Amino acid sequence: MSVTHPDYRLSQLDQLEAESIHIFREVAAEFEKPVLMFSGGKDSIVMLRLAEKAFYPAKIPFPVLQVDTGYDFPEVLACRDEWVARLGLRLVVASVEEAIANGVVVDDGRTTRNRMQIGTLLNAIEEEGFTAAFGGGRRDEEKARAKERVYSHRDEFGQWDPKNQRPELWSLYNGRIHEGEHMRIFPLSNWTELDIWHYLDREQISIPSIYFSHQRRVFERDGMLLSESEHNPLRAGEVAEERTVRFRTVGDLTLTGCVESTAATTAEIIDEIAVARLTERGATRGDDRFSEAAMEDRKKEGYF
Amino acid sequence: MDLLRFATAGSVDDGKSTLIGRLLLDSKAIFEDQLAAVEATSASKGYDYTDLALLTDGLRSEREQGITIDVAYRYFATPTRKFIIADTPGHVQYTRNMVTGASTADLGLVLVDARHGLTEQSRRHAVLLSLLRVPHLVLAVNKMDLVDYSAERFEEIKREFSAFATKLTIPDLTIIPISALKGDNVVTRSANMPWYDGSSLLHHLENVHVASDRDLRDARFPVQYVVRPKSDEHHDYRGYAGQVAGGVFKPGDDVVVLPSGMPATIAGIDLFDREVTEAYPPMSVTIRLNEDVDVSRGDLIARPNNQPAVTQDVDAMVAWMSTTPLRPRQKLLVKHTTRTVKALVKELDYRLDVNTLHRDLETGELGVNEIGRVRLRTQQPLLLDPYSRNRTTGAFILIDEATGVTVGAGMVND
Repeated sequence: MSVTHPDYRLSQLDQLEAESIHIFREVAAEFEKPVLMFSGGKDSIVMLRLAEKAFYPAKIPFPVLQVDTGYDFPEVLACRDEWVARLGLRLVVASVEEAIANGVVVDDGRTTRNRMQIGTLLNAIEEEGFTAAFGGGRRDEEKARAKERVYSHRDEFGQWDPKNQRPELWSLYNGRIHEGEHMRIFPLSNWTELDIWHYLDREQISIPSIYFSHQRRVFERDGMLLSESEHNPLRAGEVAEERTVRFRTVGDLTLTGCVESTAATTAEIIDEIAVARLTERGATRGDDRFSEAAMEDRKKEGYF
Repeated sequence: MDLLRFATAGSVDDGKSTLIGRLLLDSKAIFEDQLAAVEATSASKGYDYTDLALLTDGLRSEREQGITIDVAYRYFATPTRKFIIADTPGHVQYTRNMVTGASTADLGLVLVDARHGLTEQSRRHAVLLSLLRVPHLVLAVNKMDLVDYSAERFEEIKREFSAFATKLTIPDLTIIPISALKGDNVVTRSANMPWYDGSSLLHHLENVHVASDRDLRDARFPVQYVVRPKSDEHHDYRGYAGQVAGGVFKPGDDVVVLPSGMPATIAGIDLFDREVTEAYPPMSVTIRLNEDVDVSRGDLIARPNNQPAVTQDVDAMVAWMSTTPLRPRQKLLVKHTTRTVKALVKELDYRLDVNTLHRDLETGELGVNEIGRVRLRTQQPLLLDPYSRNRTTGAFILIDEATGVTVGAGMVND
């Protein structure tokens, strides 16, 4: 048996972990059909780790859902498969390609894959009849997210109404929904980017290799370093070259930029973040840069 | 590193957003791109200085109206502590947001403008923080630069507030003169106020002692979820998962399962794949019992000699949050710890005027943002402690069964 803290204090990481585990158990107890939205990114891996702890030694009592943009990094898909196999989970893949083929979303040549995820995701939630969907969103990521509840209600169109959110008091979460509605659940609401890295460092669990420093052929576009790829043809004037980089977030590879970095371990990444002067989304996510209200607009439509 | 959750309250012009902006900026929680966006917006609106309030007003409608309409959570850390700020709007119509932000706070921060002194609004904020039993209160007297850093003015406000505070339950009160705009006494002690010998605001936030605020006397474990792996490896495993709401649990403890009253003993306490020797708030653990007793979600594990009340009659202060008023005979759902039951509003004793503390005994209903003493009768028993003793087992929310919306928050009276 291990001895806990003699003065009955919990470190902030232990408090965050306890709060998130509480949320996972509430949802599993009160919702008929929860699902965990798994992007393969570090936040969704932390979610899986917390869910693993919440129900141990039983298996996680819900499946994981991944929206496959067709433009995902292969390293991320490999990591996803490793986690799913280790925990014995059911994986539901909602493919944007299939959604386009079935007419669920329309590829007009201008809409990004990121935006087409919304329709694909909502369709999958409706088809499978999921009543609660865990997302890895954190309130420190963006201004609109700072006001999101842990239990975020979505109407029958999957939409978020920021002006009409339910008050959320103490740790008493209200999971009442009507037929056709669902709840987005954000167990990492109170975690910051640094908390996530400290936790990954403490737990020593596997995350996609692209988070760590590696050699990659990249090119500059709109001030971001993007990965050379068949999905991302070079435009006139753009030149790809090999650099030492890592990714701070993982998403659609046509939109997710990397940063030059030699940080090869979680500890080195923590040191790097401690002095970073740009938010992870602002630095490397083309999808959030379009307008000051970009995230709020996508969230209202049913984004993660 | 530990954690401090605090709630901020203030009027529109008290400089609350400026203060938060400064704490975030000085602790490097704000990044260059966020600051650049705010600088660009300030410039495009023709402001003379960067409006730090734009950092925290996240919804488009808020930016358009120039006000904060919802609770926003902010995060920053210093080498000793991580901070979670529940930033709540100050207007009277947003009392519900203030109550929401205060519900999880270890500390409440109330701002007043040194030129205007205490207002109805600052009194209301102090009353709400006291009602929600926030253990520590800081009154920040802001805009000291606009009263020439006057010690006399500060003392005057301090005396007035201290006199008012005697009517409230405020275990720990600290009053600090600051200027959020100029940075006086925010992060470091200000040379402009040599007469002030207390801590800077940030120093106080970093050092205020909160670990002993939790209820470590009354062992309370609301059962959330029954863990039954039904696998070959853990064939007979049966554990009760939950978050400790009070006291300290140890293997070997004699316990009682409520509401049934069945006695049992703790076989072991699991924290993921290891066993622990003690569990205390706010740990999320799984408790195994030696006896084969019937335990399910909504039950509560306590010690035989220290039990909560098992009752269907609830006497509580209720903060009402719906535009449809609360009235006697109304039926609602109560969610208390992990138990959700139907309830009938038996009586509304009085409405509390949160500005004057006057009790209006004649009232027939509670409107939105009003607070009153309410008596409920529940269909099944609840396992209640006074809110003054335990902020988890003494709290509940009220839900409208038809709409599913949270319409009220309750705190059990002594």
